[in-house]
Amino acid sequence: MKIIFIWVVAVFMYLPALPVMAQTPSEAEIELRAKEVGRALRCVVCQNQPIEESDASLAQDMRKLVRARIRKGDSNEEVMAFMQNRYGDFVLLKPPVQANTYLLWFTPAALLGFFLIWYVVRVRRGSAKIDAPTLSADELKRFTALANDQEKNQ
Amino acid sequence: MKLTWKGIIPLVVFLALGIAFAIGLTKDPSKLPSQMINRPFPDFSLPDLLDMDVTIDQSYFDGQVTLVNIFGSWCVACDQEHPVLMKLARNNEIPILGVDWRDTVEKGRRWLARGGNPYTRVVFDADSMLAIDLGVTGAPESFIVDKQGNIRYKFIGPITEKIWRDELKPFVLMLEAEQ
Amino acid sequence: MIAEIGQIALILAFLIAVAQSVLPMVGAHKADARLMAFGDKAAMAQFILLAISFIALTIVFVQSDFSVKLVTVNSHTDKPLLYKISGVWGNHEGSMLLWVLILGIYGALVPMFGKSLPAGLKARALAVQGMISVGFLGFILFTSNPFLRLNPVPINGQGLNPLLQDPGLAFHPPFLYLGYVGFSMAFSFSVAALIEGRVDAVWARWLRPWVLLAWSFLTIGITMGSIWAYYELGWGGWWMWDPVENVSFLPWLVGTALLHSILVLGKRHAMAHWTILLGITAFSLSLVGTFVVRSGVLTSVHSFAVDPARGVYILALLLLATGGGLVMFALRAHTLRGGPGFTLVSKEGGLLLNNLLLVTATFTVFLGTFYPLLIEAFTDGKISVGEPYFDRTFAPVMIVLIAFMGVGPLVKWRKDSWQSLRPHLLKSSLLVLVISGLTWWLGKSVLGALSIGVAAYLAYSTLVAFGRKIKFGQTGSMAGSMKLLRAQPAAVWGFLLGHMGIAICVVGITAMSVWAGDSAKVMKLGESMTVSGYEFTLTNMTPGAERNFQKMVGEVEVTKQGRKVATLKSARRFYQVRDMITTEAGIQVRPMRNLYVGVGEGGAEKGWVVRAYVHPMVNWIWLGALMIALAGFVSILDRGQKREVSS
Repeated sequence: MKIIFIWVVAVFMYLPALPVMAQTPSEAEIELRAKEVGRALRCVVCQNQPIEESDASLAQDMRKLVRARIRKGDSNEEVMAFMQNRYGDFVLLKPPVQANTYLLWFTPAALLGFFLIWYVVRVRRGSAKIDAPTLSADELKRFTALANDQEKNQ
Repeated sequence: MKLTWKGIIPLVVFLALGIAFAIGLTKDPSKLPSQMINRPFPDFSLPDLLDMDVTIDQSYFDGQVTLVNIFGSWCVACDQEHPVLMKLARNNEIPILGVDWRDTVEKGRRWLARGGNPYTRVVFDADSMLAIDLGVTGAPESFIVDKQGNIRYKFIGPITEKIWRDELKPFVLMLEAEQ
Repeated sequence: MIAEIGQIALILAFLIAVAQSVLPMVGAHKADARLMAFGDKAAMAQFILLAISFIALTIVFVQSDFSVKLVTVNSHTDKPLLYKISGVWGNHEGSMLLWVLILGIYGALVPMFGKSLPAGLKARALAVQGMISVGFLGFILFTSNPFLRLNPVPINGQGLNPLLQDPGLAFHPPFLYLGYVGFSMAFSFSVAALIEGRVDAVWARWLRPWVLLAWSFLTIGITMGSIWAYYELGWGGWWMWDPVENVSFLPWLVGTALLHSILVLGKRHAMAHWTILLGITAFSLSLVGTFVVRSGVLTSVHSFAVDPARGVYILALLLLATGGGLVMFALRAHTLRGGPGFTLVSKEGGLLLNNLLLVTATFTVFLGTFYPLLIEAFTDGKISVGEPYFDRTFAPVMIVLIAFMGVGPLVKWRKDSWQSLRPHLLKSSLLVLVISGLTWWLGKSVLGALSIGVAAYLAYSTLVAFGRKIKFGQTGSMAGSMKLLRAQPAAVWGFLLGHMGIAICVVGITAMSVWAGDSAKVMKLGESMTVSGYEFTLTNMTPGAERNFQKMVGEVEVTKQGRKVATLKSARRFYQVRDMITTEAGIQVRPMRNLYVGVGEGGAEKGWVVRAYVHPMVNWIWLGALMIALAGFVSILDRGQKREVSS
């Protein structure tokens, strides 16, 4: 019992430390994550480039800031939120999924689904005509009779 | 002349798009709306351009309506704006905080020495720390801060006498009348 | 004097275009042979006048005649001859003249190659071409005249934009325009056929080579743009989903659907509605492309003339042309007969799905490109739609499309069944499993492995379909197959090249997206960094100067496991007159991977920024694309001779 008690206490002692341990990423990890974030943030003074790929001075400063914040312990999402907070949705290259972008995000898939269903429905309707005989049974009888007549007359 | 659904739909879709395009032409794609309106001026702690050992921070805003102006010695439009700011300062229209952005200390000081210093204080923001906190995308940009220290207005581009008279000054007067 | 000749030729061309828009149309309505024949003569005359005008502008550029405003703004005596010439279309006004010249060329080709066309159809189509000419010549004469004079005449010009002095960029617009403007043929003939009330297989077979021509040129134009961006812009990107790129891609996607629909219409008398609509849409999207680049509506890495007034004119042109075409479609759609029915699993079905998927893809790219504009127009917000969006929406649609591309060529016309496909699907699944597994084991990426697997499936399916045509493995001897191989019509080779091209392209795209390595580091001389197993060492930094720029040339030695693999030179150029800095990348091109280096700013004490990249199989992207373009050209050779009914 005592051992269990000690272990429980020990775990609870170290739990608060866990976030701290997760907060100090290695240089390589910082670099990797900074690049990820850098590719997701738009250079606000350029035309349509991520800050990672821009030579503009503001882009350079933003890259430095991104690295600094990751080093301080921000997650990727927190760094992006920091920028979004100051520059608006415009700075995010992946448009956030929110009320004014539902149309943007969901219409392509909806259209695809609609077309696939439409395809099945329409083609099924159209293909029913292929197997249906073009002549009714009566007409077929009459035709055969006529054809036989013609043969006889020849 | 028979009209079918198949025939009409493409036309309708197209007209809707055409209208959207037409409206789009009236917009200027380069202006970024400010996120900072009605938010407190961000905390900052930057060196004084004229004496790098001194630090200036948000305590600068001491309950007065203030104009914050982002500039740089490299910025051509700031040259145009400068005389207007000098006039504002001479007539004590409004205290102006200058933010020397992405500059070197020497060039910044030289620029002020040449054209005059309209600013009550000037901070040196080499790394865009304050600029990014303000959502700045270029110079010159100016912010009007109210008595409580909140950003109430952002103006992009050089301030001309006309703009001050017609657009900014009335707003400043309104803020000064607030409690 | 020469500029005036060019100006007058332009005005005359405009007047003739006006006549061409009206008289042949009236003639067709009244069945007046002379009025209809006028269309042919007018088209030829227009072409000659536009050629004169364009040559005049070229001469004025080559002679560096700075009394012409356009030359002053865009040229300079120091420019090499090649770029003086390409400078003719490296600006708004000149490129519009090129556009209209190409329109004239295509118009003149109708009387030259269309002698077998019914007179009424030809006359009406030429009248529509005439209307388009009127629109664009009017635009040029009233808002974008290249022949305006300048007084006083300056000593030299201002036009030495270094980014434009580049062979890739110089020839990218002509190919693009040959594509865009080529779709005007599909547009004009679609509208003419609607008026006639006769859209049939004969019409489709006549139009087919024109669509293929336009589409192939467009493919080359887009590919050139991508290659240019890769080596010029300095960070190894080959497609940035930039609005101008997207907007050239839209007519390509629709054009692909169009050329497949024309195939069905030509063979099976079906898909008339689709063909007409796609013909109108392809050209409309070409006009949209023109609009977007010239009006500043969207910010983009390369917008021509940011001038809303011009944008309004082109918008009006777009509304009239597309609106007119679609009104015609709305009124006359009832004259288009639907074709015979087909089952879910059939070639027609596959091609219908092809159209639906390509339309979805087009819609997705269109939506992503113009959504920011719509948001700004209707709300206070401002958003960006970049690569992350298209990766999640466009890519899945393309994967579904490729899945169907594999089996489409293997099913019969009219009626086929899942059962007949099953053996192939089983074998393909096995292949995909093996290849994906192998790729995953080597490359450790699930998405990458699946993508390569899909490409392998497409390649395998294409080869199987081709194999069936030459009865590979069925006649017992190779000789039989070889004979069939030689007898294959061009269109079959087009199919093989085109679909294999897509597979190869997908492999390249996957490799670049998943396994590209890059790193940036501030390095002093002698320092190095490792990227994807290659070591990049900065060995030298030499300053230098050329006639119009200063430069710092960095030399980077690349080794792999100690063995020297390359010495790459990258330069950072500063153009004094333009106050512009560009980076020339150092690239080593190899079939399986490119090595790419770019140097940035810095100094000897702190070091310089060096970016190093390893680009696996990036050249496969452009190889695949060029195969696709070649496929289009090859298919044109197919005259559609009668051949035995094949499955």
